[in-house]
Amino acid sequence: MSWFQKLRIQLATLRRSKADSELDAELRFHLDQEAAENLAAGMNAEEARRAAIRSFGNLGAIREETRSTWSWTSVEIFLRDVGAGLRSLSRSPGFTVAAILVIALGLGGNIAIFAVIRSVLLKPLPFHDPSRLIVLYQGQQRDHEVNLPIDAGSFWDWQRAVNGSADLALVAPTGQYGLSTRGGELPEMIDAGCVSWNFFHLLGVQPALGRTFSQAEDSPGAPATVILMDSLWRRRFNADPAVIGSQIWLNARPYTIIGVMPHWFQYEGKMSGGRIQIWVPIQHESAASLMHTYEDHEFSALGRLAPGITAASVYNRLATVQGQIKAAHPGPAVRDSVVGHSLLDDAVSGYRTPLLTIFGASGCILLIACLNVGSLFVARTAARRKELALRTALGAGRMRLLRERLLESFLLSIGGGLLGVFLASAAISWLVHARRDMNRVDSIHIDPVVAVFAAAAVVVCALLSGLISAWSTRSRSLLAPLQESSRGNSAGQLRTALRRTLLAAQVGLTVVLLVCAGLLLKSYLRLRATELGISSDNVLTMQFNLPGVRYDKPVQKAAFMEDLLRGVRAVPGVETAGLVTTAPGQGWGGDFLMSIPDHPPGPNASGLDFLVRAADPGYFAAAGIPILRGRTFASRERLDHADVVLISQDAANRYFPNEDPLGKHLRIDYLGMVVEIIGVVGDTRWTVSQPDHPTFYMPIFSNNLSAATLLVRSRRNVEALSVPIQRLINALDRDLPVVNVETLRETIGRSTLGSEFNSLLVLGFAVIALVLAAAGIYGVLAYLVTQRTNELGVRIALGAQRAQILRLTLLDGLRPALLGLIAGLAGSAPVAKLIRSLLYGIEPYDSTVFLSVMTVLLAVAALACTIPAWRASRLDPLQALRME
Amino acid sequence: MGKPNDLVQGTLDLLILRTLANQPKHGWAIAKRIQQISKEVLQVQQGSLYPALHRLEQQGWITAKWAESETGRQAKFYRLTSHGRKQLERETANWKRLSGAINLVVSEA
Repeated sequence: MSWFQKLRIQLATLRRSKADSELDAELRFHLDQEAAENLAAGMNAEEARRAAIRSFGNLGAIREETRSTWSWTSVEIFLRDVGAGLRSLSRSPGFTVAAILVIALGLGGNIAIFAVIRSVLLKPLPFHDPSRLIVLYQGQQRDHEVNLPIDAGSFWDWQRAVNGSADLALVAPTGQYGLSTRGGELPEMIDAGCVSWNFFHLLGVQPALGRTFSQAEDSPGAPATVILMDSLWRRRFNADPAVIGSQIWLNARPYTIIGVMPHWFQYEGKMSGGRIQIWVPIQHESAASLMHTYEDHEFSALGRLAPGITAASVYNRLATVQGQIKAAHPGPAVRDSVVGHSLLDDAVSGYRTPLLTIFGASGCILLIACLNVGSLFVARTAARRKELALRTALGAGRMRLLRERLLESFLLSIGGGLLGVFLASAAISWLVHARRDMNRVDSIHIDPVVAVFAAAAVVVCALLSGLISAWSTRSRSLLAPLQESSRGNSAGQLRTALRRTLLAAQVGLTVVLLVCAGLLLKSYLRLRATELGISSDNVLTMQFNLPGVRYDKPVQKAAFMEDLLRGVRAVPGVETAGLVTTAPGQGWGGDFLMSIPDHPPGPNASGLDFLVRAADPGYFAAAGIPILRGRTFASRERLDHADVVLISQDAANRYFPNEDPLGKHLRIDYLGMVVEIIGVVGDTRWTVSQPDHPTFYMPIFSNNLSAATLLVRSRRNVEALSVPIQRLINALDRDLPVVNVETLRETIGRSTLGSEFNSLLVLGFAVIALVLAAAGIYGVLAYLVTQRTNELGVRIALGAQRAQILRLTLLDGLRPALLGLIAGLAGSAPVAKLIRSLLYGIEPYDSTVFLSVMTVLLAVAALACTIPAWRASRLDPLQALRME
Repeated sequence: MGKPNDLVQGTLDLLILRTLANQPKHGWAIAKRIQQISKEVLQVQQGSLYPALHRLEQQGWITAKWAESETGRQAKFYRLTSHGRKQLERETANWKRLSGAINLVVSEA
């Protein structure tokens, strides 16, 4: 007896015995009352009692009869049914375990992905009235570009124009500062957010300690102030509240700490990696020229809408303003449109399509799991059809049987759901580690909303899988098994047809999943195979930024860089080394608009966009960028003699079609400087997933450049060089922080992480679906063969060839798979279009992917069919006929 | 005559419900009340009374509560529920129809 049954019986007994004693008390009261009346009528005590008992009749019989009127309460009936369900499930442990596992897989995936979607996409940001917060960017209609950084000149015009309907703050969440404290601790490079003084007020966030910026502090002449993020305060300052008012050194200048933000505070937007550790006032930090130009775009704007004002009306007003700005300043670098989003969209729009795709895939798995369990139920019903028929004949109602079925599927779904929640929490903790790059990833956990979702999914799953099999037992056919003669039964037809339909649906969903997985995987492989324009094997990069205070003259900077290169090239194991502002694959790195004074005025003479790079003469050889024409910088082309540049092949083709760029000139509009082109070099990519962009290179030992990336190439095992090289830099300047030490392979891995994640996850789901489908095909065919043993035996006895039988059964099994395949391929087409934005380098209708999916599916289906079909063809006719 | 068993089936239910219409009573009081009102014509057998009470309770027409009786002992008091009140109206109407019809037949034929 199971613990459950024991509990149930104990409960019932307890209730019963209480009722029993109450009945006894009630009857005793009656007797005593009767006796008391008799006594009052003049009988003596003994007589009175006897007369009372006599008039009462048979006490035992009365008790029995009364008891028989007691019915089972609904709770007791429910518990009894649950007990029956558990018993019935435990009688077929194979079925139960299989069904629970299948449901757990389906539910676990769904719960995990829903938790992610809820925390990342849906949960409001933790700011005051977050629905009123917006982020503004600019666009360039000419180039169909949107979400471009904005210029400060436009920002001040915007702020005036929407005064009263929205407050705007200027944000540059991309600064980097070298942090050192007086205590001789290790210097380090930290990300900073430069913001206008009203930024925190606008978000509605109070600092945990101290205060936020005042308007006076947000100006060029004010004393330097800084606000720390909680993590830095704990890490570098041991969470000491006394830091308020003390000083830290940023880029070798002293800053007064005025506040510490609360630990939950995080500002995550498109332009920020969510790694900001300090905040500084923007006007204090930026050059005055940058604060007033319309041509240099370094910022975004945060806005809070006034009550009753819609975002659309603000966007419209700003579009008009931007049009006026463009009309007043028609230069090519001035932007012509405004783009706005809610702050939440800004933070998570990049994850929406991937997450919804994965959610769709996990939903498919759940559906397949339900179909599978439903199909198992149908098979189980078939096996129990005699029992069900007998019970119907004995008077069990149809509702009663349905209730039992649903109860069983609920029990299975609840079991699967509990296991699924475990799977989901394991999946979530894995995901939080695997996707450190994702905004808001730390907020992912199973909260009450997710729990409600999980419960709803369990209910849906139970209803779906229970009702499928309930549908297979029409009341008319319920009694059929009793009438069936031992031969030639055909009552299973309906059930078999239903199972075939379920199977086809399941195969169809599997095909859709396989196609999506195939497309994503192929995209990912394409992305990984893409070369940056240089070989990425055994290349190590690291970055540093020379602080202007210590290196205030251009010659000092150049001298440091030359010393560094000389030293690094002498380190044993280093094959070559070079310096560049931004290495291939490591980001946009800034762009300039240029004109070509040698060209007649026109679209090919001005407003030409180039990525900006500065490099040392040996960089091209070190990185492996071929010099296609001309030459690299000469050693004397440095400091004041640096009016020469190299351009990329793409720039040469695009801006100098059919002419020789060598000897031509470029005018850097922003700096007002004219330079001569001395060479053309091979193309490199600024990030792996984006096409080449025209690029120019100027000498790094010039223009007072202070930030650089050291690129080191070795024959093998380049990682081992990172320590000796950092030691060398430390020997040159012990306060200089070195950051982002990584190999080029790691860079590529980081930028393809999202693609890898999506493709592997969907592939995982597709494989699960394929296994379930294979199991389904096998199950249906095996069931079919068992059902037709008799018929097949007769056929073989009458002379049917083994090969014929094999073909017959094989086709029987493959038919639903083929139907499903066709439906699935048809369904994949629109789905593939939906995930187009996740694909790289392939079209949604990639014939290789579709063909491979067809082949894989047919192969798996054939394999799943082979075993039952072979068994059918090996049937011994004598045994088959005797089996009944 | 006078045994409730001889009455039309269901009549005992009607009698119990009617007896409880004014105030809650325990089993003994119900039996006595029926006896008294019917001028000793109807003798309620305990053998039928208690099963009937428990059946009515299961059907939700009456509910029971243990309370102190007039002699100071704990007794199980039955009370009419709103369902029971409606059932009483239905059964009373039924009874009137039926007894009227029987009356007609007996006196005319």
